[in-house]
Amino acid sequence: MRVLAKPVARLVEELSRLPGIGPKTASRLTFYLLRAPKEQAQALSQAIGELQEKIVTCEICYNITEASPCPICRNEERDRSLLCVVEEPLDVIAIERTGYKGLYHVLGGVISPMEGIGPENLKIAQLLRRLESEPVKEVILATNPSLEGESTAMYIRRLLSSSPVKVTRIAHGLPVGGDLEYADQVTLTRALEGRREM
Amino acid sequence: MQRERLYRAEAIVLRRMNLGEADRLLTLYTPEWGKIRVLAKGVRKPTSRKAGHLELLTHSRLLIAKGRSLDIVTQAETITPFLPLRKDLTRTSYAYYVAELMDRFLEEGEESPALFRLLLETLGYLSEARDPRLVVRYFELHLLGQMGYRPELYRCLGCGREIEGEAVFSPPQGGVLCPSCGGKRGGSPLSADLLHYLRLLQRGEYATCVTLQPSPEAHSGLERSMRHYISYILERRLRSLDFIDTLRREEQRPLAEEKGV
Repeated sequence: MRVLAKPVARLVEELSRLPGIGPKTASRLTFYLLRAPKEQAQALSQAIGELQEKIVTCEICYNITEASPCPICRNEERDRSLLCVVEEPLDVIAIERTGYKGLYHVLGGVISPMEGIGPENLKIAQLLRRLESEPVKEVILATNPSLEGESTAMYIRRLLSSSPVKVTRIAHGLPVGGDLEYADQVTLTRALEGRREM
Repeated sequence: MQRERLYRAEAIVLRRMNLGEADRLLTLYTPEWGKIRVLAKGVRKPTSRKAGHLELLTHSRLLIAKGRSLDIVTQAETITPFLPLRKDLTRTSYAYYVAELMDRFLEEGEESPALFRLLLETLGYLSEARDPRLVVRYFELHLLGQMGYRPELYRCLGCGREIEGEAVFSPPQGGVLCPSCGGKRGGSPLSADLLHYLRLLQRGEYATCVTLQPSPEAHSGLERSMRHYISYILERRLRSLDFIDTLRREEQRPLAEEKGV
């Protein structure tokens, strides 16, 4: 006995595969789209369709882009001596908001041994090759300040120990609007270690 | 024991998984409730008050609210941050292995204060010990013991004779065989030296064991035997071993290159 019409059931099933969406949310979204204006549903389906077709990975920095090399790698005005290494494309967007003018390298994840993700699954070998061919003077390791991000940064640091390139790690400290009394020892220890004269 | 609506727990974070916008699903090991899975809301935001206290392999004091399906962490405070584990890549790689072993061997909700103590001591020694390998060997043998897989290291599992000198290690039999029984039943040879170290690690005190100084050959022999035994029991290879091996290979490579090998 089928309660739902086939196209409805199919969309519910597809939507419930998305992260953070359970069967209830999926049905709610489906019924919303069923009643929504036709243009809205079409725009959504088109956007989804184009996502996979028009998006490629940049052959230089491995960020997602419409055309490879990506606009950042192609931009002549960017500082080619600075290379910021991040975990995911979303991190590029976050760092771009700061007005950073150098280039990027997207690893595509972090080393997480328990999930079976090792250095060979990330764009680390590609990073080393870039450093050989590009005029980079400083590599900024901007992986997350988590155990995995830290291990990944330490791992890359170790690989670059004999390289003439300067390797830096983004600072650890307290977030703006944060609360000293709630800070953990690791953050506070590192914040103290990285204190600056003012 | 029934948990209250809002309960306190001492915990070590074994595993984390991102969930939703800024949440994380945590696998914790606690002395009172064993392995539990809880939800930590909003911890991926930079201003989260809990985030730093819920990092992987942190020992924290938590306040947890019972939820409908998953319990939710409401407060967190670090007891021991194990800072050296986070600053030395080799130590980190062994700590991941310890966490993976805990996660694989334990089912949810089997409480064991003794196992919690073992885990806590292990992370402590991993932070300090000169050689993290012995810490891991001690942990493996004692975890196996607590889980009911204590390997027999004194009497031959074939004929019951007490073993002195060389032996044969047989994971399917769950311990050692004398050379003549081993010849019939199979297994890998275990030198008198290795057997001696395994016995010390199984019976000795943690603090004394981590100061032992086996030869490089003995180190790799011990590691081989334990890996063999554990992968036999779990029927799988542990993922975190790959990272330990990668690091080791890379450490050795520059040396080999210098020697012109």
